[in-house]
Amino acid sequence: MSDITKQSLTELVENIKDKKLSSTEVTKAFIDRSEKSKELNAYITEDFTSALDKAKKFDQKPNLDLKLPGIPMAVKDLFCTKDVKTTAGSKILNNFVPTYESTVTDNIWREGAILIGKLNCDEFAMGSSNETSFFGNVQNPIDKDLVPGGSSGGSASAVAGQLTPITIGTDTGGSIRQPASFTGTVGLKPTYGSCSRYGIVAFASSLDQAGPMAQNVKDCALLQEVISTYDPKDSTSIDFKRNQYSKELTNNIKGKKIGIPKEYRVDGMPKEIEDLWQKGIQYVKDCGAETIDISLPHTSYALPTYYIVAPAEASSNLARYDGVKYGFRAKGENLIDMYEKTRSEGFGAEVQRRIMIGTYVLSSGYYDAYYLKAQKVRKLIKNDFDEAYKKVDAILTPSTPSSAFKIGEKTNDPVSMYLNDIFTVPVNLAGLPGISIPAGHDSKGYPLGLQIIGKAFDEQNILNIAFAMEEKINFKNKISNWWIK
Amino acid sequence: MSIDLKTIKHISKLSRISVDEKKAKKLAGDLNSIFDFIEKLNELKTDNVEPLTSVAETTLKLRPDEVKSKNIREQIIKNSPQDNEDYFVVPKVIE
Repeated sequence: MSDITKQSLTELVENIKDKKLSSTEVTKAFIDRSEKSKELNAYITEDFTSALDKAKKFDQKPNLDLKLPGIPMAVKDLFCTKDVKTTAGSKILNNFVPTYESTVTDNIWREGAILIGKLNCDEFAMGSSNETSFFGNVQNPIDKDLVPGGSSGGSASAVAGQLTPITIGTDTGGSIRQPASFTGTVGLKPTYGSCSRYGIVAFASSLDQAGPMAQNVKDCALLQEVISTYDPKDSTSIDFKRNQYSKELTNNIKGKKIGIPKEYRVDGMPKEIEDLWQKGIQYVKDCGAETIDISLPHTSYALPTYYIVAPAEASSNLARYDGVKYGFRAKGENLIDMYEKTRSEGFGAEVQRRIMIGTYVLSSGYYDAYYLKAQKVRKLIKNDFDEAYKKVDAILTPSTPSSAFKIGEKTNDPVSMYLNDIFTVPVNLAGLPGISIPAGHDSKGYPLGLQIIGKAFDEQNILNIAFAMEEKINFKNKISNWWIK
Repeated sequence: MSIDLKTIKHISKLSRISVDEKKAKKLAGDLNSIFDFIEKLNELKTDNVEPLTSVAETTLKLRPDEVKSKNIREQIIKNSPQDNEDYFVVPKVIE
């Protein structure tokens, strides 16, 4: 069968179940394409030989009742994978080989999927362009020298470029939804507590969530169904009734009330984004839903709040990298000197910057002025959503304030880089689920995304809305294969 | 507000990241522009607002205090940059 890599996850699963394709054929096809796609720099670690062995083993005794039977999959290099190097995009973990598996990836392998490699990301998931990775930039399959977004940039590039049928990323302030938007793919950030954080390299523990990145909404729903489980190993994992998201998926959203928040019409937002948003409003109306103007008054305070809360938690989480128990160690004259040199040489500039911000806002004399203040504003931001959800079932916004930008365009100005996450950050602060779906192209032909934000634990509803909109939008990603010689 | 070089040196000490003069100057510039942006929060009055520490509205579950991972010494030590069989080795701390 030709064009295996062009098939969606759902098609591949069906074809394997119908014995029209073997796991070996599918795995080989994605490995071959990955081999030809080195220029994208989507992988940090390839695990091709071992993947082919596993595929052959699967084919000898295929269990076709599984949800992901023999499906090859590359994952973001922030998930600990037993006996496979896990770097978090950092020099400091360059040689780290976990002795245990993250719960989310464990769930995926249990359903029959096969690891083919670990995907590039911003260092410790801190970045919006994948340019902070120790392992170099990732190219966007849409166009040469275009960032794929971040921090799950390798994941987005690998799905859009058809190097993997589907993948998982992590999202602390937009790291799944923004790269999905930049690459014309679908990305879901689940409700906080939906997917276990056990075995994910920690960035900001009160915000981090794992989620699927896919070619379409149905694939996304299927993977969400696999990765979302209650896990006693994560103290913030929540025991709630999870849906069979892909089976229960419906495009019937008649009578749903969709909120349109006026505060997301930010200063300087390009007309193309506003037009896209208006088109989105028309699409949901065409599907029989009703739109209602709402207000989320504290929206403009979300980014400043995030840039206190996230670095504060990061500075504390990253204290563990001291050159003693694992990872890179620099030579020092004494213990303290060794710590300081290890962290200075082992962390990149953005990570050091954020550790410094976090240390400062938590330090004696500044804690109340910054950290406590931010936690209070975070409460106001969450209250905004609680108030809105008394009137609406979901909220529709643009995913990002612009399309993908050029590599190097924003690296010298941290604040302008941070502004990329203006529409995604509030969702993390409030712990809500949000999904980005491709909804159109700008004048340069680059994809643009729309975001649907749901109530806590209401993933099924936003997946349904996304599914209904996807049918109306009929988006076609423009991938020219420019990187394949 | 303004973060001076002295403050940068202090934070660098607290966070155990060594910085030279050049790096300190760059960091001071970056942090000042970031904090200018953060200062926006002062527009809001928050005296009577409860801080939000976790969005997961759940009380932590209790479990029996049992050992579940036994005999994993090798696994724990496996990734250490320097070890001596059962111990992590660090530069000498006692003269």
